Formats: sequence, C-alpha cells, structure tokens
Amino acid sequence: MASTNDAHAPGRRRVLGLAAACMIVAAGLAACDRSPTPAFRGIDVTGAPYGRELQLTDQFGQRRTLADFRGQVVMLFFGFVQCPDVCPTSLARAAEVMQRLGPDADRVQLLFVTVDPERDTPALLREYLAAFHPRFLGLTGTPDEIAAAAREFKVYYAKVPTGSSYTMDHSAQTYLIDPQGRLRIVLKHEQSAEDYAHDVAALLRESASGG
Amino acid sequence: MKTWTRLTAAAATALVASAVWSQTVTVEEPWVRGTVAQQKATGAFMRLKADQAVRLVAAASPVAGVVEIHEMAMDNNVMKMRQIPGLDLPAGKTVELKPGGYHVMLMDLKQPVSAGQTVPLTLVFETADKRRIEQQVQAPVRALGARQEPSHDHGHKH
Repeated sequence: MASTNDAHAPGRRRVLGLAAACMIVAAGLAACDRSPTPAFRGIDVTGAPYGRELQLTDQFGQRRTLADFRGQVVMLFFGFVQCPDVCPTSLARAAEVMQRLGPDADRVQLLFVTVDPERDTPALLREYLAAFHPRFLGLTGTPDEIAAAAREFKVYYAKVPTGSSYTMDHSAQTYLIDPQGRLRIVLKHEQSAEDYAHDVAALLRESASGG
Repeated sequence: MKTWTRLTAAAATALVASAVWSQTVTVEEPWVRGTVAQQKATGAFMRLKADQAVRLVAAASPVAGVVEIHEMAMDNNVMKMRQIPGLDLPAGKTVELKPGGYHVMLMDLKQPVSAGQTVPLTLVFETADKRRIEQQVQAPVRALGARQEPSHDHGHKH
C-alpha cells in the first residue's frame, strides 16, 4: 500500500525514501547518534502545535511573554501556593536543577504560573518563590489570562471545594522551552532532579552548538 | 507504662478501665513544611505505626483554624488533593504520610510557621470498637525551600 502512495508522488520519492530509511535506522539501531538531536529523559514534543505564547504578569508587576526569555531554557509549570505537596516539591526540585547546572543556571529561567490568582497575590508569590530561589518568577494575571495560558499549554486546572476552603486540581508536568522559544520537552512530576537537569543541559548544549 | 504518657483518652471516657486502651501508635519523624507570610495552608507529614488496628479520623493544631486528613493522587498527570474521612492503620504496619501520598492538611493558618519552630498536633484515632484516643505530637518545621529526600519506603523503623 505504501508503494501505491509513492507512485502518486514520484517527484518526492527519493526524499521520502531517505527520510524513511533514516527513521528506520534511528528507531532500530540508534545509529543516528551523531546527529545533533540529543536523547531526552522527558517526552520530546518538538513541533507540537501548542505552548507557543504566554502573556502574564510576574510577581514584581512586570508584563511577561515567552519572548523575554530568548537565549534561556525556560522550565514552566502551573501550580498554586496553598498546595502542600506537589508545588513545593516541584520548586525545590527546580532549585536543585539550578544547583546541579552550576554556572549554566544563569541561562535557565523557572516560571511558575499560578492557577489560583484569587489567593496567590503578587506579594505572596514574591515571598513564596524567594524561599526556593532568588531568580524564580511567579506569573499571575486575570482569570481569563490564566485560562488562556493554561489552554495554550494544554494544562488542566479546576477549583475543588474542601470543607470551608478549596483546593486546586492541576496538571503537574513541567515544560522545557528552548533558547529559541520553542516548546521542546515535557517532564513528569515523578521524574528526578537529575532527569530534569539532564534535559535542560541538553537543550543548552544544543543551542550552544548552533543546533 | 510509657504508653500512658503518650495517650490521652477522650475526656468523657477518661475514667474507664485502662487495660483495654493498650493501643499505641508510634509516630516517627513528624514534620511540617514551612510557610511564608500570607500563606494560609501547609502539610504535616510523618510515619505512623499502630500496635492494633486503628483509624486516624481527625487532627487538630493550635496553629491552624482547620485541620483535615488529605490524600494526594496523580491522575493522568493531574494532581488531585482530597479530604478523606479517615486513614486506616493496620496492626503493625507502618503507614507513611509523605509528599505524593497522605498528609495532615493545616489550613487557615494563624501565622506563618518557619524552620526551627515546632508545631503541636493532636491526632485522633478511632479503635475498632469506636473508642477515640488522642495523641500529642510535636512536629518540627522544615524550611519551605528545603529539598525533601525522596522516601525509600522503609516499611520499618529507622
């Protein structure tokens, strides 16, 4: 059946053939190791048609878009301050990643987008993020802006009542955006600081080598 | 008899014969995650082991207006946190309250808690025959930004 398709596009046959051969070799033998594509511990989502923009306000009142962070690898995740578990664990892990990267950490920016703007005021975000790392940025906005950011990154969140208060369900993955501003990698919450640092370093190296 | 220094029976039944209250719950490495100003909630974590099966049904602390027992679960990469009515402690089995699982949720905090402080907690257990026993715990506060070592599921003491 595949050859029938090829027959319909004879002019592109050779190119397709080459691409197919490379994919087969890469999948089967990892023989394309000399290509600039590094192996990642997270899921490689390069080229995904989402996660391209972000327009929010940081904890110091400055408007932020992804373009502000060109030249840096961005670690991005969504959470909330009144979260006893996943969010501080993620932030402490991100701080450890910074430590592991040494001087390269200067080219890494963590962005924490709150899904609870009602309680996570800029003042609270300032105090909270400073407890983890002096350069971490917390992003907030109007409920509409946050909803738009979550949609753009396919992040789920929902307010859930608990007793007299409420908690937030939210997606717990971390996104890595490369120095060209492209969404590249999705890391799971269960992965280690070493895994995170590995992928961040790989993106930094790739960018340094002009890839 | 150290049992008796660790268990405080509910006031209404405090005079009932002591022999039937020999249940003990060992609490190991309790800790509370530190908070910053204006942060109204945090979690308390520990390892619990009961001699005889009991159920953790409630908790209280002078630092918090509301204390609940919560379970955290990852569902298709989505973090969900829910109040649970109680946490069963099977006899002789260590049950861990740790990040990524169960915790005692301290809400409506009256003030921030920070490293160096100790948070008093009262844990309320219910026995199979519905008696309630209370236990006091002093939980040291760990810095908010401190990396918590991933637990290796000891399943035993130390």
